[in-house]
Amino acid sequence: MAAVNPENRGLRLAVRYLVLILIAVIFLFPLVFMVVSSLKPDQQLLSDTSSLRAFLPVGDISLNNYADAFARAPVGLFIFNSVVVTGLTVLLALAICSLAAFSFVFLRWSGQGLVLAVILATLIIPFETIAIPLLLIVSRLPWIGIEGFEIGWLNTYRVQIIPWIADGLTIFLFVQYFKDLPRELVEAARVEGASWFQVYYRVIIPLSGPVLATAAILKFLIMYNQYLWPLIVVQQETYRPVMVGLGYYFQLNPAWGEIMAYLTVITLPVLAFYLVLQRAFIASIASTGVKG
Amino acid sequence: MKTRTILTAALLGGVAFAPAAMAQTELSMWYHGAGSNNQEEATVNRLVAEFNASQDDWEVVMESFPQESYNDSIVAAALAGNLPDIIDVDGPVMPNWAWAGYMQPLGIDEARLEGFLPGTIGRWGGEVYSVGLWDAAVAVFARRSVLEDHGIRIPTLDEPWTKDEFDAALVTLDESGEFEHAFDPGMAWTGEWYPYAFSPLLQSFGGDIVDRSTYLTAEGALNGEAAIEFGEWWQSLFERDLAPGTSQDPADRETGFIDGQYALQWNGNWAALPVIEAFGDDALFLPAPDFGNGSTIGAASWQFGVSAASEHPEGARAFIEFALTDEWFAAFSDGTGLIPVTKSAAQMTQNYAEGGPLEVFYELSERQALVRPVSPGYVVAAKVFEKALADIANGADVADTLDAAVDEIDADIEANGGYGH
Repeated sequence: MAAVNPENRGLRLAVRYLVLILIAVIFLFPLVFMVVSSLKPDQQLLSDTSSLRAFLPVGDISLNNYADAFARAPVGLFIFNSVVVTGLTVLLALAICSLAAFSFVFLRWSGQGLVLAVILATLIIPFETIAIPLLLIVSRLPWIGIEGFEIGWLNTYRVQIIPWIADGLTIFLFVQYFKDLPRELVEAARVEGASWFQVYYRVIIPLSGPVLATAAILKFLIMYNQYLWPLIVVQQETYRPVMVGLGYYFQLNPAWGEIMAYLTVITLPVLAFYLVLQRAFIASIASTGVKG
Repeated sequence: MKTRTILTAALLGGVAFAPAAMAQTELSMWYHGAGSNNQEEATVNRLVAEFNASQDDWEVVMESFPQESYNDSIVAAALAGNLPDIIDVDGPVMPNWAWAGYMQPLGIDEARLEGFLPGTIGRWGGEVYSVGLWDAAVAVFARRSVLEDHGIRIPTLDEPWTKDEFDAALVTLDESGEFEHAFDPGMAWTGEWYPYAFSPLLQSFGGDIVDRSTYLTAEGALNGEAAIEFGEWWQSLFERDLAPGTSQDPADRETGFIDGQYALQWNGNWAALPVIEAFGDDALFLPAPDFGNGSTIGAASWQFGVSAASEHPEGARAFIEFALTDEWFAAFSDGTGLIPVTKSAAQMTQNYAEGGPLEVFYELSERQALVRPVSPGYVVAAKVFEKALADIANGADVADTLDAAVDEIDADIEANGGYGH
């Protein structure tokens, strides 16, 4: 094998960066198009799509689409609803799914393998196939809340949160991650007299930053992008999330500039969430790549 | 003492029960126009407020939905047993919802509907289920100066263009080289626009989306001789580049006629005022051409009805009846530009009164309107029809495409046991 000389190394680096820049551009283009288009009037936005001007903030640029988008629909309310639903679901999912995974990996109970297999099997069932049965169930479920006893969960936050807390994918992620943790730590904690919950809370969770971040981001994206479920269980604007709110802009003549402005605004929470957790997310993805 | 006790009890009882006696019973109402930002929603809100203030029995509480997902919300709510008291429904969809058990007959005195435009009354199974507070109509948008410059006859309601005349006019306008396309049918507006705007052309050829004598098949109606003749003419519009195809830019659809890209445009009364503003007296709104079986345009817009789940149909009916006055028809028309329901209401409006800029649309609606097939199967047939017309415009074989559409519609009718016909 020929030795790598400095010139070759420089060339390789240049090619690598070129490829990476190209990939970055491809991934960034839709976002750039969205933001740039949100600044243009509809007529210009549509005529620019046939040229590179579509990606450039040129021509009649203003923030009018943002003002119009906020005037057309209660954007702040939709974002608030989505953030509440998504935030609570993510927190509850991390707690419930990690506890479930803990019991599958570290505890021994009969039927454990079968239950895990059934949970994993749910991964192959598309949500659309269970949407209607689930709708019929939640519309008749009882609830005891501040206002007292009531039947039916429709038009609430809970109907958007509770059915989505536990899911096969998140449990699977935790199971796979917990399996690779050194069991000696658990055994040592047990010898020292720690309860199983203490082991979970004081030993396992502090070691699970990467998988918590990965599960949180994946769950966040799933929840924030919810459309079909809130569409069929929420009939009041008060509880409507961002994706259903997008429909406000699709009239006979869609207001494309406002749509782009709305999409830009509702993308901000997703970007913020990702930026906060990206280091742990990358660590988790990287660690799954070097296993074995 | 006894008298005083009785009086005190009566007074206390009166105080205790007074709010209950005065309280209005809440009626929920769903409306499809969330985000529409137009006067229609504002006028509906005003109607609700005035109804609530006009009496002490009922209070209508309105919830708006995005039109895009409104029908899905209704279907989901029907499954979950959560329908409101009053719903608004697109005219051609009403038979489906009535057949599916989402709606109940309106139970209205039909004498109240006398003189209404035909497209504003929603009937299914011999009963009235819904009533519209406005209607819409389409016409051929044109400019007098353009037609006169090219020696093209200006058609009238009594003497519309024949197929040959219309086709020759398109060729003349195309050959003038003054326009990108001679005719803009509106291919950029997908969805209900296709059956609403284009099935009347098919009907004028002698075909239809389904066989209206039985509503049990599309055989012969959508793939018979007349339908194939329509399909071939339709395809030729695009082959000869007389019309922009399915890839039409929505912005061109919106402004292409005013900008002079298109010589003629197939469009609705809701788009007429900007044209008048741009061209003044030069603007013309012409009747649909007669392709051999009479001139026809679509009818029926959004209407109000009572859901099957309503526990207070009398309240829901009271609300709808409250709206059935010329004053409200005129208010909606002035607010939205849509066509008022009665001739007397038309006289009260800015646009449809005698000599008004949109007067012709009332006549078009009155004389040419034909409701889309009154069948629960329409919602499926309409989508099949839309796809077939887009495919034919894109060059698909006409006979094969229409045969396939017939098979799909017939299979759906059969799968649903004939939809109650």
